[in-house]
Order: sequence, then structure tokens, then C-alpha cells
Amino acid sequence: MNKGVMRPGHVQIRVMDMAAAVRHYRDILGLIETHRDSAGRVYLKGWTESDKFSVVLREADSPGLDFNGFKVVSNDVLDSLTGDLKAFGCKVEEIPAGELDDCGRRIRFDSPTGHAFELYADKTRTGKWGVPSVNPEAWPRELKGMKATRFDHVLLYGGDLDGTLDLFTNVLGFDLAEQVMDGELRIAQFLTCSMKEHDIAFIRHAEDAKLHHVAFYLNTWDEVLRAADIISMEDVPLDIGPTRHGLTHGQVVYFFDPSGNRNEVFAGGDYFYPDQEPVTWTADKLGKAIFYHTRELNERFLSALT
Amino acid sequence: MAQIEHLVTDLVSGHTFGCHEGETLLNAASRSGRAVIRIGCRAGGCGMCKVQIFDGDYATGKMSRAHIAEAEEALGFVLACRTLPAGALKFGAGPIRQAIDAPQRRAK
Repeated sequence: MNKGVMRPGHVQIRVMDMAAAVRHYRDILGLIETHRDSAGRVYLKGWTESDKFSVVLREADSPGLDFNGFKVVSNDVLDSLTGDLKAFGCKVEEIPAGELDDCGRRIRFDSPTGHAFELYADKTRTGKWGVPSVNPEAWPRELKGMKATRFDHVLLYGGDLDGTLDLFTNVLGFDLAEQVMDGELRIAQFLTCSMKEHDIAFIRHAEDAKLHHVAFYLNTWDEVLRAADIISMEDVPLDIGPTRHGLTHGQVVYFFDPSGNRNEVFAGGDYFYPDQEPVTWTADKLGKAIFYHTRELNERFLSALT
Repeated sequence: MAQIEHLVTDLVSGHTFGCHEGETLLNAASRSGRAVIRIGCRAGGCGMCKVQIFDGDYATGKMSRAHIAEAEEALGFVLACRTLPAGALKFGAGPIRQAIDAPQRRAK
């Protein structure tokens, strides 16, 4: 049941070489660079996103995900969810407004899978990039590379999927849209707070706090194919695709940023209404669930994490 | 002019293959058609291509500290996707690598 968490809002990604990372996310993925802060972090967004940024790059000596933030509908919701998170047993920390430039106060909390999440209600709204909000054209003509439209979701690896499902459904009001079951053991869960088939996903893994990928949305299969063309033109390390997933039925291509963080660009995918039952894949069909065409598992896709 | 090629040897499998000047150890292993090193992100991040250099000169690019700690780097552990051999090189990509003595490593 919806509790006022509206959508994925931002990710902070660790990169080992900022100049190379900016070139990748801005010039190859086609995100818009909107800001640099005094700590040296670079802020970007997909052109259709109305808030000022959704991707923050931070230079560090190892890659991975610092945190994934979700926007909530109001500060009242932020206050009530803060109490609910504490009651659930999360470590909760209030990050003051302005720690990220142009973002209001954030409530940071941990998950049973060891990841850091945030909720926030306010961020400077700058509107879609390159088109006005009154009588807008279809798209701006100045876009680069893959022309990614928005940051969409992350997929994370960790141990306690049941605890994290409890947190996201019972505390934060997400729904379980899709799952992979190995007998009674849930080994993958796709959770939504919207009509999308997933706003976040988790895969069961021995090591906590790992990032599998950060995903960005494209409009069509043709754009996914063109993204793969750009991957070849730019000699970007390809992971897999273009192909279709069984899970979510999205059309995808996966590749790596210059620090080894996996990116996905995808189109399509199923929709979700809260009266739907979760879609279930069984572990014996895991190959088809992940790669709908080859139906074969791939060690790199399952094992390369940051 | 002929391209400079370094001969690199996987001490675990016994395979020797050529690595062009400026080519990564992982790329050369992959190009050799002998999958002696696991291929992951090819960007120094995921750690799948971690190997140990036992003999020879090489340079490295940025490698995740989550996979190559400073103490390991001093022992010749590298990510092959970030390693550029500068001459003949011997490395281990298998489970027995820790047992092999490494007297002549010279990381640049």
C-alpha cells in the first residue's frame, strides 16, 4: 500500500577517475551535467527529469553505490516515515539540507542487505532540460550519445532479501511486482512504488551491500540497438545484449562505466497496478528469466559487481 | 616496423601467449583464445580478473582498492584489465598462485 514514497530520485555513484566518468555519463549515456559542488562531486540528470539532478558522481578509490534516494510526496510523510524506519530497527541519520547542493534534508537509513537508502521531499526543480514546460517540443535536438531519458532504478545484491522485502513493503509501502523462487527461497525480488514493473530490485547474494547495475530509460527498442552501436563505436566494455529479459520483459543492453560500475539502458517492460499478484519465475527457468532469448546464464552478468 | 610483443605465461595453466606493447594482460589473454583469466567489467572495478604477477615488468592503471589492497599490490596482485606488461611476464591466474614464490616482481 502506497505510503507516500513517490519514485527513485537519485543515486550517488563512486568512480575512480572523474574525468573519464563524466565523459561516460554525459557524452556516452547522454545525461545532462547540471552542477559541480565544492566537494568535487558532479551532478547530472536525464533530460526528461524535472528535478535538478538524479545522478551524483563522487571520486573514490573503489567503485560502487554510496546511496539510492527516493523522493516522498511531502515533509509530513518524511517525518512519519522517519519514525517508522526507526521503529523497524533501521539505523537512521538525518542529513541536513544542502549537503547535496539544491537538495533538502534527507533521511538516510540502512537495509538488511547492507545498502544505504535515503528519503527526501525537496529538491530544486528546473524542469525538463532543453524544452519549455509550456507548449513543449517533443525532444531537445542537442542531446548526446544514447540520449538516456531518466535515471530509472538500481539492482542490488545482498543476503537478507526477506528482511529487505519487509522493510520496503511494510514500512515504505512498495509492492512486490515480480520474484524468482527457488522452492520456498526467494532469490530475486522486483519492487515498485509506481506503475513501473520495478523501482528497485534485489538479488540474493553471499556478500552484502553490492551494486549490480544502475539503469536508465530509453523510449524504444531501436534506441536500445543504437545504444549498443554507440557502445561499439566508443569501445565501451559490453556486458550483454541487446536482448530481452524474461523478468519484466524489458529490452536491454548492459555495459560498464570506466570504473567498472554496470549500467543498463532499457526500453519497454511490463506495467504494475497494486491489485496484481506478483509474477513468479522458478529457479529452474532462471536462464530464460534473465536472458529470454539465449536462455543461458552468464557468469559475468551474475558475478561482476561493485 | 613489427609491433613489439611480450611473451606472457600463466604459471597455473602453462599457457604462453603474446601481448602487444600497450595492450592489457586481460585483452591479450582473451585474444589468445585460452580463457586463463575471468573477464568481468574490464575497467578495474569488479575484481574478476585478479591475478598475481610473479616475474616481469608492468604498469597498472587505477584498480579498485576493494579488490587490490595496498599490501596485495606490493605482493604483485593486480587486475589484469588494468595491467600493461612491459616485457616478458609470468603470472598466476589459478588457485595455487599463493604458493608460488615471487622474487622478481618490479611494478613500475
